[in-house]
Amino acid sequence: MEILGLLIPVSLILGGVGLAAFFWALRTRQFDDPDGDAARILTKDYDDKPKPPPSKP
Amino acid sequence: MSLAADQGITGPGFAACPACAVAPAAGRLAAVAMAPGRLILSLPGAHCAVCISTVEKAMAAVPGVVSARVNLTLRRVSVEAGADVTPEALISAARAVGYEAHELDAGLLSSTETDRQGRDLLMRLGVAFFSMMNVMLLSVAVWSGADGVTRDMFHWISAMIALPTVVFSGQPFFRSAWRSLRAGRLGMDVPISLALILASGISLFETWKSGDHAYFDAAVMLTFFLLAGRYLDHRTRAVARSAAEELAALEVPRATVLRGGIEVVVPISEVAVGDLVRVRPGGRLPVDGVVVDGTSELDRALLTGESLPVFAGPGLVVMAGEVNLTGPLTLRVTAAGRDSSLHRMADLVAVAESARTRYTTLAERAAGWYSPLVHILSFGAFGFWMWKTGGDLRFAINISAAVLIITCPCALGLAVPAVVTSASGRLFRKGLLIKDGTALERLAEVDTVMFDKTGTLTLGTPELADVSSHRAASLALAAALGAASSHPLARALASVPGPHADVTDLREVPGYGVEGQFHGRRVRLGRAEWCGASGLDTTATYLDMGDGQTEAFAFSDRLRPGAEAAVASLKAQGLRVVLMSGDAPGAVRDIAGRLGIEDWTAGALPAEKAAAVARLTAAGARVLMVGDGLNDTAALAGAHASISPASALDAARVASDIVLLGQNMAVIGDAVRIARQATRRIVENFGISVAYNVIAVPIALLGLATPLAAALAMSLSSITVSLNALRLK
Repeated sequence: MEILGLLIPVSLILGGVGLAAFFWALRTRQFDDPDGDAARILTKDYDDKPKPPPSKP
Repeated sequence: MSLAADQGITGPGFAACPACAVAPAAGRLAAVAMAPGRLILSLPGAHCAVCISTVEKAMAAVPGVVSARVNLTLRRVSVEAGADVTPEALISAARAVGYEAHELDAGLLSSTETDRQGRDLLMRLGVAFFSMMNVMLLSVAVWSGADGVTRDMFHWISAMIALPTVVFSGQPFFRSAWRSLRAGRLGMDVPISLALILASGISLFETWKSGDHAYFDAAVMLTFFLLAGRYLDHRTRAVARSAAEELAALEVPRATVLRGGIEVVVPISEVAVGDLVRVRPGGRLPVDGVVVDGTSELDRALLTGESLPVFAGPGLVVMAGEVNLTGPLTLRVTAAGRDSSLHRMADLVAVAESARTRYTTLAERAAGWYSPLVHILSFGAFGFWMWKTGGDLRFAINISAAVLIITCPCALGLAVPAVVTSASGRLFRKGLLIKDGTALERLAEVDTVMFDKTGTLTLGTPELADVSSHRAASLALAAALGAASSHPLARALASVPGPHADVTDLREVPGYGVEGQFHGRRVRLGRAEWCGASGLDTTATYLDMGDGQTEAFAFSDRLRPGAEAAVASLKAQGLRVVLMSGDAPGAVRDIAGRLGIEDWTAGALPAEKAAAVARLTAAGARVLMVGDGLNDTAALAGAHASISPASALDAARVASDIVLLGQNMAVIGDAVRIARQATRRIVENFGISVAYNVIAVPIALLGLATPLAAALAMSLSSITVSLNALRLK
């Protein structure tokens, strides 16, 4: 049962990492155009690097 | 003045102005048409990966464009460009690669770009999901037999995760419940908040007392599922709101004003009564006014439904919204902005809309009986067990919390948003934009469809009625003359396949037609009286062959693609189809015959259209109005549901619930079918959640409900409801 003392914090930390990644994705506007992102993967235009997003005016 | 010469004069004035030293004018021009930075275009036709790269490449190829990015979800492209790039250049670049594009007002759109509320909800949803997973992990351990100190420890850890989550993620519900309580109402959110608070409180108490059952998992799961429903609901409404803004932004209001002989482009709000406004051929009149200079023909189809252009010369009173066809016109403004007839009509629509009886949605009706029932059940259980156990407060509260948790409307909260999101997404992909959240339900109830003709069933672009009845020689002559004009009838003649005759000295006489020299004879194409011909009662243009012979070319309006399919599909679904137009009987009869509509009316005034809708409604029919003109707006606003094409006037689009983004009309039949299906799914979803409650509530009332049972009932019903929503075809 001592292993619980290790496993529970580990599972919480891993979950927290996932949550932090979600926050980051949300903040960097990666949910703004889900349809477009799904389609963009099919084009060969930006194989080297993603097209830079338009900077805010 | 010929058309070409006129463009030669105005062209440089427009393009070279920032360089010419007219500082105030140039500054103004830059502020209006050429604001540097971001231009946003609406792309209703974009739908795939190829569309993205085609449009982005086409935009990038326009000189001065820094970058372009297509947003496929919103069907927009935002273009980063230098100050000298005009929206018109981008629109024509998009058109050149085959995409319809409209300019959008970036200022108006800013609020939907940064959808704060949506991201806030998504953030809370993410937090709720994280804690749901972790708490569930611990709860499964408890359910599978952990007891004693281990169970208490698990409960404490759950509490540490769940309580902050409920406090953070539950805020939307608490706030809305508090608002409705203060307003003295019992909304859906009151039992939700009560369940969340009671579940968390009782679980904390039980944990402290080393009790068997804690409902932390139920509390976070409830938060998660309800937030999911809330988010879907928000997204549907955000799309509707952005659609409304997009439509408002479609017609970027600008006018070309003559100030001291120089043409200046100004926002419509800066045009004053008495100003001189220049309208180029093909432009829409931005103001009410009187023609002071120039002759042309005006297309009034959007205002009156007439498909025949009207002659315009000095002294004619014109109204905003009419389209100038052949020659440049200069107007003296009599009313602009808020006072123009266009705006007065829009105000009328606003009045009609507010008078439209508030529609009660299925969800509102469900919530109406749900909330009181849940409270009565929960308090009833509390009272009963207090009496039965002789005052065991802890046990009674436990039961009452279990009842609240189990009946809590996970499925109810998801039942409507899941279906509406799925249905409006499907319609959006077909090219229909739902502007109003209740539009789907209302659309499902219609039994009569009333169509407008010009611009709705027809494209408003004419085609030659009977090509084979004309001699090849006169067709060749007419085509050669027609090619010199931008008048729609002339364009239609020029596009008839076949050779063009060798006509020289072509000259357009604005308002009358085109003339030229052919084998030493003067030939003309244009108005009947100008060509010395007798006029017909249908849309027609006339050819003067120069040798005393004249020939009339009759036109019929081209049907909008998919019009036949739409009418056939609506009829097949058992709807009554009516055609009501302001146009001449001949043209209306022709279209009605081609589409197989038996019930048609011609020459209808705007008030008559609205009256017809009211009469049908009074007779018990639910009318779907499909129209695009100013003459349709009152009928659109008065009908049970309404659809207008994207090419329609502002006022008409504002008055309608659904906007047809593409050219194809066949989707209207699909829209009715999908709306009916969606309503059926919503009712089914209510049935599913009621069925779960019928099983689960007696168990909870008897005090037999465990946290495991609550979790099972909740997740099963939510998943069933969501899957049912996805069955929409």
